[in-house]
Amino acid sequence: MDAFTTHTGRAVPLRRSNVDTDQIIPAVWLKQVSRTGFENGLFSAWREDPAFVLNDPVYEGASILVSGPDFGTGSSREHAVWALQQYGFRVVISARFGDIFRNNSTKMGLLPVVLPADVVERVQAAVEADPAAEVTVDLVERQVRLGDLVAEFEIDDYTRWRLMEGLDDIGLTLRHADDIAEYENGRQRWLPTTV
Amino acid sequence: MGRTLAEKVWEKHVVRRAEGEPDVLYIDLHLIHEVTSPQAFDGLRLSGRTVRRPDLTIATEDHNVPTVLGPIADLVSRTQVETLRKNTAEFGIRLHPMGDAGQGVVHIIGPQFGLTQPGMTVVCGDSHTSTHGAFGALAFGIGTSEVEHVLATQTLPAYRPKTMAIEVAGQLPVGVTAKDLILAIIAQIGTGGGQGYIVEYRGEAVRKLSMEGRMTVCNMSIEAGARAGMIAPDETTFEYLRGRPHAPTGTAWDEAVEYWKSLRTDDDAEFDKVVHIDASTLTPFVTWGTNPGQGVPIGSAVPSPEDFADPVQRSAAERALEYMGLAAGTPLRDVEVDTVFVGSCTNGRIEDLRAAADILRGRTVVTRTLIVPGSMQVKKAAEEEGLHEVFKAAGAEWREAGCSMCLGMNPDTLKPGERSASTSNRNFEGRQGKGGRTHLVSPQVAAATAVTGRLTAPADL
Ligand code: SF4
Repeated sequence: MDAFTTHTGRAVPLRRSNVDTDQIIPAVWLKQVSRTGFENGLFSAWREDPAFVLNDPVYEGASILVSGPDFGTGSSREHAVWALQQYGFRVVISARFGDIFRNNSTKMGLLPVVLPADVVERVQAAVEADPAAEVTVDLVERQVRLGDLVAEFEIDDYTRWRLMEGLDDIGLTLRHADDIAEYENGRQRWLPTTV
Repeated sequence: MGRTLAEKVWEKHVVRRAEGEPDVLYIDLHLIHEVTSPQAFDGLRLSGRTVRRPDLTIATEDHNVPTVLGPIADLVSRTQVETLRKNTAEFGIRLHPMGDAGQGVVHIIGPQFGLTQPGMTVVCGDSHTSTHGAFGALAFGIGTSEVEHVLATQTLPAYRPKTMAIEVAGQLPVGVTAKDLILAIIAQIGTGGGQGYIVEYRGEAVRKLSMEGRMTVCNMSIEAGARAGMIAPDETTFEYLRGRPHAPTGTAWDEAVEYWKSLRTDDDAEFDKVVHIDASTLTPFVTWGTNPGQGVPIGSAVPSPEDFADPVQRSAAERALEYMGLAAGTPLRDVEVDTVFVGSCTNGRIEDLRAAADILRGRTVVTRTLIVPGSMQVKKAAEEEGLHEVFKAAGAEWREAGCSMCLGMNPDTLKPGERSASTSNRNFEGRQGKGGRTHLVSPQVAAATAVTGRLTAPADL
């Protein structure tokens, strides 16, 4: 996973709520067995509509998605995160995220930023007014900056540290293999096995 | 102060706790299917890691499988299923492939084998893992990176969510089901209402539910945004488990039951949030929109965007009506459907099929009607009871086990503009096939709808 400290880029406003993962990447795209090639599946049903915001050339190359509340609800498919990243997004800003989506994002280095709904709205309005406006998402300072707008966001220290270092969770957990082995010795004897 | 059920199960599984870090939780059971696992196994191979506990892992083929006999025609689907076979063989994981007597939707087979037991932690790369919470297990969906994590370490780093009680007072009226209850709950608290919480369903109406009904309720916890849903185990739970292939036996059973009885929220425990709902006022519920929170009693009309004060909800309603091709004010009972689907991990168990059969017995369907058992074992049980004859006589299609029309990944899909009454769990845009329109309902309403071709409650027949 790539380390994330601070990112500056243009943003695209997605004025929809409840953007579930079936919209982010429809089920037909989930049949792949590789981790690549999902960018074409991103919002593929919505992208058929020429008026859909991602089809607007002024937002081409944007790397920050600014969405209505409840982004990434629904299915656990991590393909949603891969599709967003492979399309070129590094950050998604929303007032609320689906839990599993948020977890998946931080595992992969896509930063989910929670801002109050009115601040999200201001960011959306600003980039609608000036699509070339640059937005900075600063994980070190936990800030989103755009012109004279400075918005603080919360993220727990551990996740922030892991993202800033680009660390692999599995490697971190395996440092505690002894604790796992010890726990296993104390498990209740009637617990089932699949064999 | 006392502890909630969720806290008890969580604490029992903490392998490591350190200041400022997520808890490392031990995972008792890891369920796997073909869609969210290939990249996880790849990751293991790339980093030279192995599966720590294949004996706590079980795999099945469900999302891609066609529900008519024969091989998978779609090449990409077939590759995905074959990849699962290779991966499970390489890492020594038990697999129930297509055609196997143990095959079925992942959340149906765990409980069916008795592998899901009270107080366990259960994960799967699938959001409806919350189903297993019906046994008083802590069960939640994870993404592919986390699947890889569990394969490699049998643990997951996680922060403990907050706890929410949903207190369901009174009794469900006759003809009102677990599905109606959970749809009503989601309509009340919203699709984000449970976000950040483990929900415990409590109260008289919940205690009276069968295990099947409890699974239906817990299954849809994720549709309210909750991390997990749980119901404290009781005699109903123990009776369901007794004698199942992986349930404890002999003295181990007695020990287990004694422990399981301690798995209830203490009287003096406090939840972070409490929601009340009165079961006795409920009627059959149906969704009109494109998220599971957009539901109303079947006797009402399609709402108007103006009914919503919140601008976000108003614009969501506008969009939903457009997608669904519905006009505000239309009585839901006037909405015509082309397809009825009974199945999925929400309502694909034997009790659901019995309920549908009771309505279809001696009647004829006027729509395309798919009845899809959630597992091969459910199929076998249904056939032993002769339910398949009832369905066939009514003109419905009786299929093999799989996810089927719950999601558009296998041959069972809606065509653009087609409308279904479906016992599944998601009415998202395109969920059942591109442009398809979904109304979520109970098996009873689905069956009654198949008879009339319009959204119908059994009592209307
Ligand atoms: S039946 Fe539907 S919700 Fe359940 S596991 Fe299959 S696709 Fe997912």
